[in-house]
Amino acid sequence: MTPLQEDKTLDCSGMLCPMPVIKTSKAIKEMEVGQVLKMIATDLGAPADMQAWARQTGNELVDSHKEGEKFVFYLRRSK
Amino acid sequence: MSKADPNAPRRLALISSKGTLDWAYPPYILASTAAAMGWDVGIFHTFYGLTLLLKEMQTEVSPLGNPAMPMKMPFGPEGFQSINWPIPIAMMSAPGFGALATGLMKQTFKNKGVASIPEMRAMCVEAGVNMIACQMTMTVFGFEKEDFIPECTVGGAATFLEYASDADVQLFI
Repeated sequence: MTPLQEDKTLDCSGMLCPMPVIKTSKAIKEMEVGQVLKMIATDLGAPADMQAWARQTGNELVDSHKEGEKFVFYLRRSK
Repeated sequence: MSKADPNAPRRLALISSKGTLDWAYPPYILASTAAAMGWDVGIFHTFYGLTLLLKEMQTEVSPLGNPAMPMKMPFGPEGFQSINWPIPIAMMSAPGFGALATGLMKQTFKNKGVASIPEMRAMCVEAGVNMIACQMTMTVFGFEKEDFIPECTVGGAATFLEYASDADVQLFI
């Protein structure tokens, strides 16, 4: 398995709802279809919210995992 | 503004009826998030919620009448910050106490990484949220369109109902 390679990184550490979702939305819109955004957050609501955001916008949540105190998301712009 | 197209995005219709610091958050958080999810969003600002559209917006909050509000300090060691101070009601009505409570809440929100209300409103405007000012409230309280941010539109109950009738989510806040 090839490790995911991000095209852009967005650090939302220290931000609470709704900032991670809004910053992610803005960042994805500035990317090309097919590109991958790596988003880092510490908001405890981010795992549930990023799944909902991906379902609602049709973008793909390729991977999400925890690294220590941080949540890491890989999102692919799908359309 | 009917949503006749079946492929149109989802729609959120909110009524913002309160202009205090605490109650300004829910509509702007939901609106900015819905817009970030690609939804079409409109907020009807009525009664005290109308003041959130003022160019020079000044939101405040008081524990008076809000008995469940935690009264905690945004500074000092962790043990000190976790104390929920019992404030006598008589003290809540003292001059300057509202400003103190407002300052403490703003500082707490800032410390925790929550955007300010002016920032939240700016994000809504930037995301294209339809900011509607209630004409009736404007007339009653003596506001002019020029008092508000230029991005807002003015309308009445029928304007909101037509917009909300095609909404997937409608909330009164």
